[in-house]
Amino acid sequence: MISYGLKQRIASVVVYIFLAIMAFLSVFPFLWMLIGATNTTSDIIKGKMSFGEALVVNATAFFSQVNAPLIFWNSAKITIIATVLTLLVSSLAGYGFEVFSSRFREKLYTLMLLTLMIPFAALMIPLFMLMGQFHLINTHLAVVLPTVASAFIIFYFRQSTKAFPHELRDAARVDGLKEWQIFFLIYMPVMRSTYAAAFIIVFMTAWNSYLWPLIVLQSNDTKTITLVISSLGSAYYPDYGVVMIGTVLATIPTLFVFFAMQRQFVEGMLGSVK
Amino acid sequence: MSAISTRPKRPRFDVNGWLFVGPALALIAIFMVFPILHSLWMSFQSGLGMRLSFAGLKNIYRLFNDPLFFMALTNTFIFFLVQVPVMLTLALITAALLNNPDIKFRGVLRTAIFLPCVTSLVAYTVLFKSMFVANGLVNTVLINLGIVNVGIPWMTDPFWCRVMIIIAITWRWTGYNMIFYLAAMQNIDRSVYEAARIDGVPTWARFVSLTVPMLKPVILFTTVTSTIGTLQLFDEVSTITGGGSAGGAAGPGNSALTLSLYIYNLTFKFAPNLGYAATVSYVIVVLVAVLSFLQFYAARERKA
Repeated sequence: MISYGLKQRIASVVVYIFLAIMAFLSVFPFLWMLIGATNTTSDIIKGKMSFGEALVVNATAFFSQVNAPLIFWNSAKITIIATVLTLLVSSLAGYGFEVFSSRFREKLYTLMLLTLMIPFAALMIPLFMLMGQFHLINTHLAVVLPTVASAFIIFYFRQSTKAFPHELRDAARVDGLKEWQIFFLIYMPVMRSTYAAAFIIVFMTAWNSYLWPLIVLQSNDTKTITLVISSLGSAYYPDYGVVMIGTVLATIPTLFVFFAMQRQFVEGMLGSVK
Repeated sequence: MSAISTRPKRPRFDVNGWLFVGPALALIAIFMVFPILHSLWMSFQSGLGMRLSFAGLKNIYRLFNDPLFFMALTNTFIFFLVQVPVMLTLALITAALLNNPDIKFRGVLRTAIFLPCVTSLVAYTVLFKSMFVANGLVNTVLINLGIVNVGIPWMTDPFWCRVMIIIAITWRWTGYNMIFYLAAMQNIDRSVYEAARIDGVPTWARFVSLTVPMLKPVILFTTVTSTIGTLQLFDEVSTITGGGSAGGAAGPGNSALTLSLYIYNLTFKFAPNLGYAATVSYVIVVLVAVLSFLQFYAARERKA
């Protein structure tokens, strides 16, 4: 018979080992990516696990094959426009669905949530034809427009709005503020952490998006970094050293945003799952 | 519920409300509702490129005689049935362990496990591809640990190709789902646990009979979103296999061909047949609807 204390200690050791393995496996590919960026392709394929001397060679090859400033700018432009528009349009709707009343409100909200279940594959052909009719093929606007009204983000804002102190809104109304003033001057600042969490999700989705940009962006000067990495990596004998430089560069912005806003992200998530 | 009772009994026309929700509803109508209806109409048409004509049920007939479609359907189901339960169980266990305030380095561990979410699907699949090549890192490690004698044919064997894709997706999304569980667990009243602990209920039993039932709405939410995600699997299989370019196979023996990838190929790579592609895409719509309904139904039944 094992004593209670010993059993507890074994259990806690097992827990730590499990968590350590999970954490290691989660972080390892990032390490692999950094190491890979400094090694030659043949070393990477062999699985060399130490830093090499090929960083400059890889970087030179990357910047000669790829118009890096342009594709970075393309990705940044799409991401910034998509994030600003999505947060604005979707939070307005989330707030509106919670705060204002109309006979059709709940029906429209349910219908809107149902669109969450429509898979993108079922939309991509008609969307592509629609963009053709709007003469938007090969434009960044075509990438952004279908993502601006996000049922998921609207749902998230409506849930979070339940935590918004409604006395503030009523007091502002008594003071004679217009509804749009209440939204921009009171709601937005109060709901900072909600916006922060949504910001991270929207930013990452926009920066990392692949399938829809792959369809609408057909000329090389409009392509994003995600599209370029996938074409570099899909060759029969991809130059992994070069690809790794690309993945490092593509991951830096999202890593930066995540670490800069991590605290608000967790707070925002906690607020929404109540 | 008190909020509802304070609202006017008969809601009048609310200009402000419509102004706030209007832009979003308009965009959803243009870019979601209209295309999905257009897609339904197209699924009854046939022909190459833009030259479509009404074809009745011809596309559905073709569907049932299309081995590539059944391959894609099978693969999609394999990914769904294996990957979603594995990932969600892993996420739930990890969240439960990290919810314990006595665990040291909680913040660091949580961040580390969440980190895969920040990578793009394309970037991480390229990384995985480089780790799983024939003489690559993963096989070297497995051989050195004595787990296998000969390297596993990740890229050339249909079974192992699927395993690799499942590992990749699980890596990317476990932390994401863990965050939802953690957030929900933080809102559970600790006194319930204390009471159970004092009553001598063991840890695992507290997890199964207290935590899991209380998390049911969140578990349902993650199950539905993961189902939708897996049924739409595209980026990973497309990058890992090169997507089955013009006539080529997606992975060994088309083992990585998913429904989304097949629709993409039907639209943009093979001789384009938009009508038939629309029919295949409606298969995903129906699957998502049926599976989501079953999941909602299962969650409701157990509550009663």
